Amino acid sequence: MAATQVQPTRMELTRLKKKLVTAVKGHRLLKDKRDELMRQFLELVREDMDLRLKVEKGIRDANSNFVLAKAAMSEQTLREALIAQKQEVYVEAAYKNVMSVDVPAFTATTRTADANDIYSYGFAFTSGDLDGAVKSLSDILPDMIRLAEVEKSCQLMAQEIEKTRRRVNALEHVIIPETREGIRYITMKLDENERSTQVRLMKVKDMVLNDAHDYTGKKKQRSEEAGA
Amino acid sequence: MYKVAVMGDYDSIYGFGALGLSVFAETDPEHASQTLKQIAHSGYGIIYITEELAAKIRPAIGEFKDMPLPSIILIPGVKGNTGDGIKGVKGSVEQAVGSDILFGSQK
Repeated sequence: MAATQVQPTRMELTRLKKKLVTAVKGHRLLKDKRDELMRQFLELVREDMDLRLKVEKGIRDANSNFVLAKAAMSEQTLREALIAQKQEVYVEAAYKNVMSVDVPAFTATTRTADANDIYSYGFAFTSGDLDGAVKSLSDILPDMIRLAEVEKSCQLMAQEIEKTRRRVNALEHVIIPETREGIRYITMKLDENERSTQVRLMKVKDMVLNDAHDYTGKKKQRSEEAGA
Repeated sequence: MYKVAVMGDYDSIYGFGALGLSVFAETDPEHASQTLKQIAHSGYGIIYITEELAAKIRPAIGEFKDMPLPSIILIPGVKGNTGDGIKGVKGSVEQAVGSDILFGSQK
């Protein structure tokens, strides 16, 4: 199966043996990395799904509250009420390193500490439904921030797992067997060369001895004597 | 410090304005892609996009997939849920595991 041509030399053999050791070690490490990433990913993705269902339900409910609020007041009043924001949300993003993947971790802060600052309008001209709608949306905001963190982490980890899995497979099914095959090929070739040298030497020795002592001539003589 | 943005049609997102999130009302895909690129590079850490709009500007969203920030998250709009958000989560599982072993049976 020697798909790639290897030079049957001792130097190449040493190189391949070193390569095999590195590949085997790398394969073991990458496999561990993949397993650990997968474990953490599965935990995180379950949380992601739960959060997403919760947030989606929350937003749906909030949206229906807004539709109710809109029904009770004119479009213009509604737009006017929400045009000037009192509150502002900031997130602090720290990076967490999970098995060499940088994932963000968000902590949300608001510009003012007053929880009531989400109502950016006077209560005189707006319907009470709007207050409820804004409140319901505000209640799911922490979950939404957490969702942003968890879902992004899941996406990044999924990509890393895919990459690692490919590397593990490439090492396991291509690099390591090919190197082993190369080593086998070189060892066989070197052994064969050695045998052939040995045979040649024996042959040469025979010829040299024959020239020096004329064994074949004497042998013939002896057989003639025996026959006579 | 990063800001938080919401993109989508006005009716779906105006409520978030009251909470203190930056609201970008967009319906045109081309303009929305441009806005997304612009705000992604100008200090927004989280960008929520309605599923409806996200379906139209998928290539622009894909550009930020490998980056740790911004985190682009799909949310349902006022017209309802298209299921793309859930599909995204399932997609991650599929990418990581090879097949959806966790939520395959769920709708």
